[in-house]
Order: sequence, then structure tokens, then C-alpha cells
Amino acid sequence: MWTATKASISKTGDSRILPSTEGSARQHGRGIAQAINAADLGTIGNGDEQGAGAEGAKESLPGDASHAFLPGLRAPVAADAQGELGAPTAADQGILKGLYDPNDVRGMAKRRWAMTIDLARCTGCSACVTACYSENNIPTVGAYWQNATFFADVRPGFNIERGREMNWIRLERYFEGNLDGKFGDDFETRFLPMLCQHCGNAPCEPVCPVYATYHSPDGLNVQVYNRCVGTRYCSNNCPYKVRYFNWFGYGEPDRKQYAFPEPLDWQLNPDVTVRGKGVMEKCSFCVQRIREAENRAAAEHRDLQPDEFTSACAQACPSRAITFGDAADPNWTVAQLAHDRRAYHVFEELNTYTGVVYLKKVNHPAAGATAPAAH
Amino acid sequence: MATTATPLPGGQRPNIATAAVRFPAVTSYEQVDDEIAGTLGPSLGWFAALGVAILCMLIGATAWTYQIHEGLGAAGYQPPVMWGVYIVTFVFWVGIGHAGTLISAILYLFRAGFRTSIYRVSEAMTVFAVMTAGLFPILHLGRPWKFFYLIPYPNWRLLWPNPKSPLVWDVFAILTYLTISSTFLYVGLIPDIAILRDREKNPMRKSILAMLALGWRNSDREWRHFTRAYLFLAALATPLVLSVHSVVSFDFAMALSPGWHATIFPPYFVAGAIFSGIGMVFTIIIPLRKFFKLEHYITLNDIDAAAKLCLFTSCVVGLAYLTEFQVAWMSGNRFEQDYFWNRVFGQWAWAAWIMLICNCVLPLSLFSQKLRRNTTWLFFLSLTINVGMWFERFVIVVPSLSHEFEPWQWGTYRPTFVDYSILLGSFGWFFMWFLLFIKQLPVMAMSEIKEVLLPRMRHRHEIIDDLGEGYVRPGETGAVH
Repeated sequence: MWTATKASISKTGDSRILPSTEGSARQHGRGIAQAINAADLGTIGNGDEQGAGAEGAKESLPGDASHAFLPGLRAPVAADAQGELGAPTAADQGILKGLYDPNDVRGMAKRRWAMTIDLARCTGCSACVTACYSENNIPTVGAYWQNATFFADVRPGFNIERGREMNWIRLERYFEGNLDGKFGDDFETRFLPMLCQHCGNAPCEPVCPVYATYHSPDGLNVQVYNRCVGTRYCSNNCPYKVRYFNWFGYGEPDRKQYAFPEPLDWQLNPDVTVRGKGVMEKCSFCVQRIREAENRAAAEHRDLQPDEFTSACAQACPSRAITFGDAADPNWTVAQLAHDRRAYHVFEELNTYTGVVYLKKVNHPAAGATAPAAH
Repeated sequence: MATTATPLPGGQRPNIATAAVRFPAVTSYEQVDDEIAGTLGPSLGWFAALGVAILCMLIGATAWTYQIHEGLGAAGYQPPVMWGVYIVTFVFWVGIGHAGTLISAILYLFRAGFRTSIYRVSEAMTVFAVMTAGLFPILHLGRPWKFFYLIPYPNWRLLWPNPKSPLVWDVFAILTYLTISSTFLYVGLIPDIAILRDREKNPMRKSILAMLALGWRNSDREWRHFTRAYLFLAALATPLVLSVHSVVSFDFAMALSPGWHATIFPPYFVAGAIFSGIGMVFTIIIPLRKFFKLEHYITLNDIDAAAKLCLFTSCVVGLAYLTEFQVAWMSGNRFEQDYFWNRVFGQWAWAAWIMLICNCVLPLSLFSQKLRRNTTWLFFLSLTINVGMWFERFVIVVPSLSHEFEPWQWGTYRPTFVDYSILLGSFGWFFMWFLLFIKQLPVMAMSEIKEVLLPRMRHRHEIIDDLGEGYVRPGETGAVH
């Protein structure tokens, strides 16, 4: 039944780095992954009541849980070329006021693709990350050959050590408590899947000199690979740091750094292109799935059904923490969840009107224990 | 003062310029022509310097080729630091250019005398610095072969650059600056090229110079047009000193990142640009006046005056640093405060203190007149200013990106040999053009120096010969005869 082998350890003289994608394991009070005590859950204001200090337990900034920002899910966009909006009327053109008035819904598409992520459900298993890699042909860049040719480190994980990983959705793990080095009652770990927030008022869009990133009428923040020249300004201006650059020709078969050598190329998704060197890429909200569903519905002469399809990350999530859909249509689950009393936007104070809504993690502190910080 | 001689009776010092006598050791037009045009013959040392510059440029060009081939990953980018040495060096070179235009245009409008002898060098420095800077926005692209996407050219797809993007403003700002500053340099050169044309023996060179001189005949009418045109060009170039670097600062100020998102950036950048540019002017003119033996043209008085300008801009820059910190402190904005703390006392303290010491502390020595007139000290100081101003841009670009909103994505930055080679190559490229310039065209405006000299007085008997016996000049009684 049991076998045993004598083992011994000796130094090889070789070394391996332990790459980590973590910058800081602490939130530094920035309210990125927020939590709430179960006891407080019944007392905070609901969005329908416009916060208004209902029950007197209104959250303070950052990440105020008031829902006044939710109309921003439908930030105004220009008339689209596809005709989804129809031609803007003369009245529209004459009286459109304010570039980013979040309440002005004229000239908008019918849909606003959005996502909710329930941090109370997220277990940090990273299935969403894996699903995203396979759905979107994201190159893995940790192999030792995926570096420059001359004077370059040919160590596995070198690119990861340099922070060049390409995960369109990444899992952030933040520690709370334990500031005194003791794992007391206030110690807590929070997981937060971070992906492109598809901001209604996206900081990355105005800075791109060539319109390689622009806003689609249905709320997507779209990246045009063929137009991108690689200034990387969009990434600098992204507060969420969810844009990933092709430092090498990971998607080009004739390059040394090619990420999909045989047989890996067999798993490439034919609905998604691979990206060439020198362009920016990021989460597309699985735009290929959106368009496929829309086309299928159009071919069948019907409207899209609520929750008819979902994104790869949401599909893969075993605890169903991620919900994807059209926030502009109240029949979709995501539209209902976005009005949950735990809903908040990361860095809401930056007025980005994100399309990803997080639901606060719920803590159940033991009776008499020091309650963890609310956010 | 060790450098000033005992005053002569009447208060004048023989080796020191005054407002009345700016170049005491220059007496005649012929001397100006001979001495300044005499610097043009190539020398062995010049060939050696040019060789070094070209070598450096080739190192940079090789590194760039390699980077294009491999991808931008060959450079040391380390997300979230998506901009690094290239943007730092871009801002550095644009800044260098500004002092040239300040000296040649603004000081011209203000009639600042000390400008006369140094403006040509500064103006040439401007053109070459902008030529160097203009390479970097292309060089740092992920797909540099697509750089023309940033230029509004008519195309079948009806695609235009994004007018909201500060990078597009950069394209216009840099191209405008290059156009105006090179025009200004050339127009100022025309009378001098005509002098060279008249002195030239080699028919080939003579015909080229004749073409460049645009048929200048030194007539009163030409001079009237010339001075008017020069004045207008100076007036046109003047707003560019303020606008171009303001636009460059918008690359940062328009962005959201803590440490970038600040309204102080345009004036702060302009002051920094002029400061760094004057530093580079010293780096160039101090060896130049020595090797070309032009100490009696670029007098210690001129250098003293420029050093005062340097001191002033250093104080402005120092004030801007303090204001930045103060604004971050008073803002109550956690992101800003964390960033500034990290920049000055944390991860990037080494760079921030290089910047502060080189830009704010060492230039305070210029309060001493002795040091302002000590060219060795000034040369050393100018090198530290160049280093300090490069690090200022480094401190602006890199620490902000490495310490932004998302703690999970905080990072660091380590340039590679590709970054350093291209940085070296940019100096090679700049000095290659500069060295070629100083041996082809006069490093000083001969005609402007002549304007300052007293015209040669004709002797009384010559006048009488000309005018005829019995002529009585106005104001004379005639009784002498």
C-alpha cells in the first residue's frame, strides 16, 4: 500500500525566480474590495430611495453605496454607424448639452452591456481567468524564450517578473487587518476579479491619438488592434490598469516569442483574432459572443432574450459570482443586481461611470469580535 | 574680483564690457569677419568630436533597429510603467530647445544686450534639440512604422487623428516649433551667409552660399526689410516658448494619474524648459568660446547675465516643486499624498533628491558673482543641471505610473541597455548636427556684433576731401579754417 523512497536535497547552484504579479497586498484604504458586516446589511439605503441617508447608515467615500451614479451606466455616445440609434434628429444636434451628462439618454443605443461581480460569492479560484485566456486567445508570456534575443534574461517567468502578464481579467487578493502581525479576528482576505470596467466616461478614450480605443454605442469600450500604434497612453490613463501591451510578437507565428507553438495553436478560438506586436489589448466583454448572439437573434427574427448568453468568465464561474448582460433592460439579471444594496463602483470618485458593478463582500464577525473595517 | 581689472581713470575697465562698449577687445568690422569666419575651418579635434558623436548616434540607431525587430519589450518597460526613458528624453530635448528661442526671440524683443553673442548658438541648439526630440514620440511607439496615423492626412477611410488627445497636440506643437525655429535661424543667418559668400574662394561652395544668401547685397532697403522681418519672426516665435512646452506638459496634466493631474504643469514645464536650456547653452558655449578663442565676444559679462537668468529659472522651478508638494498635502487626496510621499521619501527618493539637489540647491551658488564669472564652475554646474533636469522628467514620468490608483498594480522600472543606447544615441545625433553646423556657418551673428561696434569714423581730412574745400559742417563755425 504505502511506498517510501529515500530522498535527499542538494544545491544545484541554479536559481529560479518566483514571479509574482502582486504590487501591494494591501488596499491602503482605497476601497477597492469593499465589505460589509451582515448585521449592517439591512440598514443601508437602497438605490431606489436614492440613498438620502436612509436608515442613517450611509457609507462614506470612497465607494459610496448611493446609487445616484447608476444612470451613468448609460453614458451618452455619438450616433453609431450601424444605425442602431437612428439618425440624430435636428433637435438632438441642436440642444445636446454637456459632453458627459449622465442623465442625458438621447442618442444612445438600446443596450448597455454591463457586469456585476459579487465579492461575497467570489472564492478566488481563478476559473474566470482561465476561461478568459482560452476564450480570447490571450498569450501566456512566462516561457523562457519569450524575451528579447540579445543580453536578455532567458529565465522562465522573466516577463511576469517585469509585470508583463496579459490576463485580461486578473484576480486581486487583498489582506485586511493583521496590521500588528497577529492574525486576530479582524484578519480577512478579499478577492476581487479586476477587468476592463468598460467605463461610460472612459479615461483611456480621449487620450488615444488615433481613435484605436473608442466607445461603442452599446457601452463597450472597444479596442481596434489594426488602428493602434502603441503609444500606451490609454494604459497610463487607466485607473484600473487593465490594459495589456504586446511587448513582443506573441501572436505572430514567425516570432521567437510566439505564444502558441504547436500544439497550442489548436486551442485558439477562431472567433477571436490574435494580436500582433506593439498593440494594446484588453477585455472586450466577449464582444464576439455579443455579436454572435445579436446576429443569431436577428437571423431568427426575434429580440435577444434576457440572459440568453453570457461572457466566458461568467460562464466559467463556479460560484456564479459574475453576471453579465444588458443593464439597460430591466429583465436581465445584471440590471437587477446592479441595483443591489451592496453595489458599488471601484474608484467611483473618478467619475468613470464603470460598467462593472461590484457587490460588497459580506462578513460575519463573531459576536463580540472587533468588527472589520466596513471598507 | 579676480576677473576684473583695475579701473582706468574715468572708471572704465579695459577688459570688461560696459553698456557703452560691449566688446572692448573688438575694434573693427574686419576683425569680426576674420575672427568669426576664421573658426570655420575643420580641425583635427573637430573631426575627433564628430567621430565620437556619429559613433554614439550609430549605437542608438542600432539599438532602435533591434528594438523595432524584437518589439518594444526589448526596452525596459515594466507595466504599469508604460512610459519610460524615451518620453523622459523627449521632454528633456524639447525643454532644451526652449532656452534657444527665449534667448534669440524674447531677449531680442526685450533688447537684452547679452544675447548678441550667444543667440546664434542657442538658436541652432533649439533646432537640433527639437529635431532630436521629434524622434522620440516615434521611437517609443509600439508600431513606429504606423506613426503617420497621428498626422491628419486625407485617406480613403476618412480617419483622422483624435483632436482630444494631447499626443496629437504634441505632433502639431513640435512641427510648428521646428518650422518657426528653423525659419528664424535661417533668416537671421542670411546677412552672415552673404559675408561668407563674399569671402569664399571655392567656386562650388561659393555658389551654394550664394544660393543660401538669397542674393543679399547689403543694401539699405534689404536691411530695412530684414530687420522688420526679423522682428516679426521674433514676435511669432515668442508665444511658442510658452505654448510648446505647455502642450508637452498637457501629455501629463490632461491625464488622470496622481502626480500628473495638476494645473501647475504648464508654467512649471516652461520654467523647467528654460532652466534646462540655459544649462545646455552653458554646456555648449563655455567650451566653444575657449576652443574657438572667442572669449572677447562671449564676454564674462554675457555669461554673468545668462547665469542670472539661470538662477532665476532655478528658483521658479524650485517654487514649482514646493507648490506641487503643498498642493498634494493640502488636497486631502489620498492618491496624491501617497504618490508624493513615495516619490520623495519612498521608492524613488534617490531620483527625487538628485533632481532637487541638481536643480534647486547647486544653482543657488550663482548668487555669488565670483561663481557666476567662473567658467569652470559654470560648466560643471551646467552638467549637473542637465542631469538634474533629465531626472526631473524621470521623476515626473516614472514614479507616477509606478504608484497609481491600484495598489495591486504598483510596480517599478528598470531600463535596459536598449534604453540607455538610445539615450546615448540622442546625444550623438544632437551633437553630430551641432558640430556640422559650427564648421559650416558662423557661430555668432557677425552682422549683429557689428551693429554693437562703433562704426569706423572717417578722419576729418577724408570728409573734407569728399565734400570739398569751404564746406562748413552744421554746428561748426568755420572759423577754424
